[in-house]
Amino acid sequence: MEELVFTRPRYIKKAPFHYCPGCGHSIIHRLVAEVIEELGIGEKTIGVPPAGCAVLAYDYFDVDMGEAPHGRGPALATGIKRILPDRIVFSYQGDGDIAAIGTSETIHTANRGENITVIFVNNNCYGMTGGQMAPTTLLGQNSTTTPGGRDENRDGPPIDLSEMLALVRGTVYIERTAVNSIRNIRNTKKAITKAFKAQIAGLGFSLVEILSPCPTNWKMSSTDSCRWIDESVMQTFPLKVIKDEIG
Amino acid sequence: MDKKLLMRGSQVIGEAAIRAGCRFYAGYPITPQNEIPEFMSGAMADLEGGTFIQAESEIAAINMVIGASMAGARAMTSSSSPGISLKQEGISFLAALELPAVIVNVMRGGPGLGNIAPSQGDYFQATRGGGHGDYRSIVLAPAHGQELADLTRKAFEYADRYRTPVMILADGMMGQMMEPVVFPDPINLDELPPKPWVLDGAQGRPSRIIKSLILDTVEMEEHNWKLDRKYKIISGEIPHAETYMTEDAKLVVVAYGTAARIARGGIKRAREMGLKVGLLRPVTLWPFPDRAIREMSRLVKDFMVFEMNTGQMIDDVRLSLEGRSNVHFYGRPGGIVSTPDEIGKAISSLYYRQHLKED
Repeated sequence: MEELVFTRPRYIKKAPFHYCPGCGHSIIHRLVAEVIEELGIGEKTIGVPPAGCAVLAYDYFDVDMGEAPHGRGPALATGIKRILPDRIVFSYQGDGDIAAIGTSETIHTANRGENITVIFVNNNCYGMTGGQMAPTTLLGQNSTTTPGGRDENRDGPPIDLSEMLALVRGTVYIERTAVNSIRNIRNTKKAITKAFKAQIAGLGFSLVEILSPCPTNWKMSSTDSCRWIDESVMQTFPLKVIKDEIG
Repeated sequence: MDKKLLMRGSQVIGEAAIRAGCRFYAGYPITPQNEIPEFMSGAMADLEGGTFIQAESEIAAINMVIGASMAGARAMTSSSSPGISLKQEGISFLAALELPAVIVNVMRGGPGLGNIAPSQGDYFQATRGGGHGDYRSIVLAPAHGQELADLTRKAFEYADRYRTPVMILADGMMGQMMEPVVFPDPINLDELPPKPWVLDGAQGRPSRIIKSLILDTVEMEEHNWKLDRKYKIISGEIPHAETYMTEDAKLVVVAYGTAARIARGGIKRAREMGLKVGLLRPVTLWPFPDRAIREMSRLVKDFMVFEMNTGQMIDDVRLSLEGRSNVHFYGRPGGIVSTPDEIGKAISSLYYRQHLKED
């Protein structure tokens, strides 16, 4: 008797991912889809993909998906959620989307305590446009717009968006995780589950920041990228529960 | 039908929107249209299923409207000139995503911060799309309180029918003036046609995508042509202009909104002096009522475009006439509101210069 131990999640479409080898998006998509399936919310979930590498997320998630202009995901998700408060609404955003061009929308959506979930994928660079400096690029990290590495005096330091959001009263759950190891992937899934559960319970704004490798733009191998997250990225962005008012 | 009410223009727009089934409003304060968000905050609070959000920015407001529209609501935002500039990205997305929404622009003097006086400086921005890409927005230009109510109703109907953003282009004068209005009865939301494209969770149906990213150039071209075909249908169905004393006119003033009301006063004065002058008032600015103007050119050889700017709609008048008649211009930009006397003088001066006086 054969036992099925691994398959495509119900809410991932039968479509090949366009993501680069070693990219974290494929893993994160899978985790989100698994959580949606396990929580039984696939027929009432609406996703908002960003501009950036994950713009094509609507080709992969088999739930209703509505595209947002760059950075405006939280505002757009607010509109959807207010009209359909009994649906589950999530936005999926990269670091440039959420922490640079969309900072205002992010902070104010969080401050209003909009009952939505944000999946914040932090790969420390603008991936789709070719590896420019992101708000989360590390000091000294090379990018196509920080020759010689990010310089604090010239470029400012990386921004701790999740910590900032924890100060905002409308947020109930914020955790930073990573997908660079099996253990971290498992923890990420737990965090995503918790974030969606917070929304299902109607508690308010939940966000999971996920440190994610970008071998292509970091110009490293996949394994080196995973190691670099441990050794460098986590020094600036430590994995932790940043805020938990769910209990 | 309700009884006649005396109401401020901005509030007329709000009340008419609610009666047209608007259940979502997001906006940001900017003069001279603050009475719209103020009115909507109270009206939505009184309404079951109504949502008002004071957004953190004009950009957030238009994106909230995009979301509400995706979820199937009749949704509206309002602002004034500089704020509309900020909304343009979102308006382009609404057009590309084929989502209905109503955007109110209570125009003020510009460019830049300009001032808060009535102006018509945003004609180009409104009628040429305003945002990026190959699209059009329907633009309606009310000229009095009753029309604010009627065109707000129409704006929501057009937005749903054509799945496209509709702009109501008013100015500070219209927004602030109190006038008598009879409102149409509220619509029954349950009687509206279903929207088989909304995102409400894929329950018992395949999942849906609303997107505007089309990387394949052939597909993108087809999307552009599809939008173009829709714009051609709209251009055939809804252009509208109102005429006043044009039957025997030798000179026709073309003006919209507040300028048209002032022009009416000027035309009355000119008529009292025995001058044969009329008014053509475009009610839809896009699609522009070009046929109405072109047909008039068989009898009228001189048109005077009057705008509260340095000359924007005049381009559309010229394009409509295709050289058939002379096109003259009188304009006052910067928030100056001309008097009917001033326009009467501009009309009579032109009338004599063009040797239109018979005897």
